[in-house]
Amino acid sequence: MSVPAPAAAGVPSVPNAGAVADFALRADGLRKNYGATVAVDGISFGVRAGEIVGLLGPNGAGKTSTINMILGVLQPSAGDIRIEGIELARHRSQALAHTNFAAVYAALPGNLTVYQNLRFFSLIYDVPAGASRIEQLLDEFDLQRLRNTRSGLLSSGEQTRLALAKAMVNEPRLLLLDEPTASLDPSAADLIRGRIRAMAARTGCGILWTSHNMYEVEETCDRVLFLSRGRILLEGDPRSLPRVHGASSLEELFIRLAREPLANEPPPAAPALKRDAPGAAP
Amino acid sequence: MKLRPIAAIALRQLYLMRSSPTRVLPMIAWVAIDIILWGFISRYLNTVASTGINFISSLLGAVLFWDFFTRVMQGVTMAFFEDVWSRNFINVFATPLLISEYLTGLVLTGITTSVIGLIVMLLLATFLFGLPFFSLGMLLLPFLLVLFLFGIALGVLASAMVLRLGPAAEWLVWPIPALLSPFVGVFYPLSVLPAWMRALGHLLPPSYVFENMRSVVGGHGYSGNALLTGIALALLDILLAAWLFSSIHRYAVRSGLLARYSAESVS
Repeated sequence: MSVPAPAAAGVPSVPNAGAVADFALRADGLRKNYGATVAVDGISFGVRAGEIVGLLGPNGAGKTSTINMILGVLQPSAGDIRIEGIELARHRSQALAHTNFAAVYAALPGNLTVYQNLRFFSLIYDVPAGASRIEQLLDEFDLQRLRNTRSGLLSSGEQTRLALAKAMVNEPRLLLLDEPTASLDPSAADLIRGRIRAMAARTGCGILWTSHNMYEVEETCDRVLFLSRGRILLEGDPRSLPRVHGASSLEELFIRLAREPLANEPPPAAPALKRDAPGAAP
Repeated sequence: MKLRPIAAIALRQLYLMRSSPTRVLPMIAWVAIDIILWGFISRYLNTVASTGINFISSLLGAVLFWDFFTRVMQGVTMAFFEDVWSRNFINVFATPLLISEYLTGLVLTGITTSVIGLIVMLLLATFLFGLPFFSLGMLLLPFLLVLFLFGIALGVLASAMVLRLGPAAEWLVWPIPALLSPFVGVFYPLSVLPAWMRALGHLLPPSYVFENMRSVVGGHGYSGNALLTGIALALLDILLAAWLFSSIHRYAVRSGLLARYSAESVS
């Protein structure tokens, strides 16, 4: 199998007209350069309300740079990000009020207790009735008995639950999860995935999820985006993509995409590009 | 600006102090040691010198003012360092929090910790050494205000420096008050300094406090204009420091420094 050419920049994978409010996130022509190095190369995609989108790719593909740009801690070199229709570059505070995230590399301060961490972030996000929201989250994520424990002393599973509780503190419309189950055992990971799926269905929160666990992606995500060298190579349903591209599993497809050299320039037509997802362009 | 995010920054510091005596002890111990040491030195000088100068008022008073300024600065930087030490930048800055709210929260923390230090110093200086602190009357307000404002400015400046240069730059922050002290005339009038040091001293707001304090203690009254100059300079310094912090934050977002902030990644 040859690696499909990347989607051409300027070919958005989000609809251009109508239903803007249906999108928790829209990124158009997103690009990040570090000098001559291109980390993210003009990608466009969207995440609908209630949809879980997997952002996949090998290390260095541009996943974390993409997430950091959406979180407002990395300024794009070009492109536009809209969260709930609000332009991030112009209305950063308003846009991020609808957003939250959990990432393995962004542990919460270990010297604060579970309760103190949630209190701190409920205030940072200006959550009204924060105290009752915290109690609700402590119950929901089974953290009541740990409320006075310093978060640095929690197990990996407990820390993940706390990170997710923090990520839900402002009832976000867009949730960014960067390898949320990376340090969990299969049982704990399964429980967390279940919680996140249920939460997305219940609240209509759009989720952008990065993971290297292809089983997890197939099980959890409604749609996936394959990134390589800053470009989106493939997009579609994680359950049908392997079959369409002649791979036996998503993992096999991932390995091929990660190992085969990427064409420097996209061919005139990109026949291998599959867009069968709800957010795909016509 | 919203109140809750500002309160969050201050509350976090309160949580940390409540659970960690090692954070509270230095706030009290260092100022107490300074007051006791300089209190005895002042008392001794009063017994051996026949200059007519009350060293308790002039020397110990100066130490108290200088320590207050140092505590204000450190209160701001310590709150900022909590985010450095716990690698919390992404968690804090990937939120709706405005830079102005963040800095205001740091200042609120600086107020709290410096007031605690001031109370400890006043109690010790007054009851152990008879410092007539309140004999300065209403003049205390502008004196403390200038030192407080300049402490905030330096605290924000030091935080900007660490944001730009990385956690290792923390070691450049602590000596800043000591570096400034020769220029602001904490223990001597600016007139004893060479011209270039004197010129620099006039740009530093605390010099107006110490010059006025010595004048008042010596019975020569104070200069309202000089105090206003000190306040204006301190306010200007705060604006400059906030602008610098904000600029460095924008650079950190543009360059990716903020997202990758750690001792290893910053150069």
